[in-house]
Amino acid sequence: MNRFVLPLIGFVFMVGLLGYGLRLDPKLVPSPLIDKKAPPFSLAMLDQPSRQLSTADMIGQVWILNVWASWCVSCRAEHEVITVLASRNLVPVVGLNYKDESADAERWLRQFGNPYATSVIDRDGRVGIDWGVYGVPETFVIGADGLIKYKHIGPVTHESLEQKIMPVLKELLG
Amino acid sequence: MKPLLLILCLCAWFSPLQAAIEAYEFDSPQMEADYNKLIDELRCLVCQNQNLSGSDAELAQDLRRETYQMLSQGKSPQQVVDFMVERYGDFVLYRPRFISTTYLLWLGPFLLLLAVLVILVRRLISTRSPEAVDPEAIARARQILENKEPNQ
Repeated sequence: MNRFVLPLIGFVFMVGLLGYGLRLDPKLVPSPLIDKKAPPFSLAMLDQPSRQLSTADMIGQVWILNVWASWCVSCRAEHEVITVLASRNLVPVVGLNYKDESADAERWLRQFGNPYATSVIDRDGRVGIDWGVYGVPETFVIGADGLIKYKHIGPVTHESLEQKIMPVLKELLG
Repeated sequence: MKPLLLILCLCAWFSPLQAAIEAYEFDSPQMEADYNKLIDELRCLVCQNQNLSGSDAELAQDLRRETYQMLSQGKSPQQVVDFMVERYGDFVLYRPRFISTTYLLWLGPFLLLLAVLVILVRRLISTRSPEAVDPEAIARARQILENKEPNQ
């Protein structure tokens, strides 16, 4: 009897370990940017290409950067939730129009509605690389101190808005 | 037969050989070797089980371009790796660094091997040394062997 005990313990341990591993989502790569300074950019605005918005302009207020593109299907799914978030008027939601054609992007905003305070153009995705973007949509919460407080990968759902993003915002806004 | 043919065709379609590789001009063979080594060792985050050289994803193209540009600006391969890790985390490295969170990853197999060796050696030693037997039982056994029919 006794000689079965050790292998059984080992087996149960392995099942537990592998079972835990199965529940993790391999698509969620923890961002090294959390609590780091938001990578600076200065980009032309989609609605007024002659004007630029830079990260320095946003220092002193809590804000959200939402990475989107007209070619991104999940962004459509998320659009409704971003609209809800923006309509609460808690913080400005800035769009980062990632690797998109401006004409397509403007048509997309007309078609679905524009929840963004403004969108800036990252035509070649260079700013996306600085922000560690690898799957559109992505959503960042940036504190008044200019540090990235939270990163959401993939479409924001109503559930993740209430359970993940709102608590972070509430804490930052005090 | 037909489904098999279809599956074979699909396999060919999804083959990584489809990945397009941009033609870059390198200043030196050393730079080319560095570039090829880097894109083999950096992971594409979109298709997570492919490296940058094997992936046709847009992000992989962008990161190959970034790698090429950094090398042509005279940056060292280590600077390129640091640049990627700063943005995408240790996950981009197919060859994880030896840091506190990866000690177990690097040393685990050797610890396991050591544990198995210890168990093996202990087991071998214990089978070699005969177990202590009650001397009375030996005496009785000897008696049985010498007097073939002790009970009669």
